[in-house]
Amino acid sequence: MAATQEEIVEGLAEIVNEIAGIPVEDVQLDKSFTDDLDVDSLSMVEVVVAAEERFDVKIPDEDVKNLKTVGDATGYILKHQA
Amino acid sequence: MSKIKPSKGAPYARILGVGGYRPIRVVPNEVILETIDSSDEWIRSRSGIETRHWAGPDETVAAMSIEASGKAIADAGIDAEQIGAVVVSTVSHFSQTPAVATEIADKLGTNKAAAFDISAGCAGFGYGLTLAKGMVVEGSAEYVLVIGVERLSDLTDLEDRATAFLFGDGAGAVVVGPSQEPAIGPTVWGSEGDKSETIKQTIPWDRFHFGDRAELPLDSQGNVKFPAITQEGQAVFRWAVFEMAKVAQQALDAAGISADDLDVFIPHQANVRIIDSMVKTLKLPEHVTVARDIRTTGNTSAASIPLAMERLLATGEAKSGDTALVIGFGAGLVYAATVVTLP
Ligand SMILES: CC(C)(COP(=O)(O)OP(=O)(O)OC[C@H]1O[C@@H](n2cnc3c(N)ncnc32)[C@H](O)[C@@H]1OP(=O)(O)O)[C@@H](O)C(=O)NCCC(=O)NCCS
Repeated sequence: MAATQEEIVEGLAEIVNEIAGIPVEDVQLDKSFTDDLDVDSLSMVEVVVAAEERFDVKIPDEDVKNLKTVGDATGYILKHQA
Repeated sequence: MSKIKPSKGAPYARILGVGGYRPIRVVPNEVILETIDSSDEWIRSRSGIETRHWAGPDETVAAMSIEASGKAIADAGIDAEQIGAVVVSTVSHFSQTPAVATEIADKLGTNKAAAFDISAGCAGFGYGLTLAKGMVVEGSAEYVLVIGVERLSDLTDLEDRATAFLFGDGAGAVVVGPSQEPAIGPTVWGSEGDKSETIKQTIPWDRFHFGDRAELPLDSQGNVKFPAITQEGQAVFRWAVFEMAKVAQQALDAAGISADDLDVFIPHQANVRIIDSMVKTLKLPEHVTVARDIRTTGNTSAASIPLAMERLLATGEAKSGDTALVIGFGAGLVYAATVVTLP
């Protein structure tokens, strides 16, 4: 079953917490991965890979650079999830 | 039909000795910053690399191999004459014919050992080890010398931000010989040629020499740029952290070894971030020693695993008899993982 926006943010928060050690409550829609959450370009690849598994989506490399904020990623997953 | 007598090998094979050679010149990140717009902090945080070794004119592929092999042979406690085969994995020996392995076999004083080169990028050590194990068990050689050696500085574009800081030079060697107990597990290996474009030589040698200048990359002096290794960093990173952790797990499973049974993890030293991610995915317990030789060695491709193995044993971080998971992966794309008992 497709995940809701709320579930996606929650899932992303857990993933970012696991990979970058950021508290889950800091992961909000308007937060930028690199500027606010200490997720650098390589951690972002790990976040994407984890999100692909969790939400059953494919996020190709060329799309990753457009996912600047948690909101961007959430929107992308909402639209593309199987 | 006449009956052919089969060859007779050892029951099992093991690594009996390891040796390494690191070039004298140590190159800190400051030197890299002379040719690319970057920072020491960026290089350390994205790759873990602080320094690497670059070979001088006398530190040829053959010379470095001979140094490393001499140590491995001494460590194994055998004579060079007992070696039946020499397998050299390299992508940076610039003369294609003859194989550099024959010169090495001769200069080491082997007795006309079979000798050949293989090309399997950063998985080269695992490929060579697998061949060596087969030869020892099948009986075509009692002792096999496996060498991983690179002068990647010759194939580095110092103006390329994605690779200038990454590569280093060096040689690592092991002697594989007979064993009464299994000491090299099943190899999990393979290739993904559909991703061959993600790590490759910028231009092949024939185009470098004979290609149309208008279509070739030029340096700041207007000369055709010497071929170098280029990569799609993010695609390779993604493949390494995601797919290679699975291969490493398969190698553990194939050997019947759990993460708890493991003493040492020696992945190819490509990027400390890949290593850290694998450790997490494989859920390796605290007691497992993890090779992070990349910090002072850079990525030395086929040489990285034996170099890291030698250092861990030399510093006492690992000891003889420890159970180690080794995994190599790189250009091809190719990979090879297995569990070994350390010499
Ligand atoms: C090479 C590698 C460290 C590059 O990291 P990356 O995060 O993929 O780098 P990117 O090219 O995506 O660039 C990310 C950012 O860093 C910047 N950057 C790239 N190279 C840089 C450098 N050398 N110094 C400083 N900044 C650099 C980019 O401009 C970009 O900044 P921006 O987001 O503000 O535009 C990384 O991809 C890697 O190690 N991949 C695995 C490669 C490997 O191991 N290969 C061998 C396998 S055998």
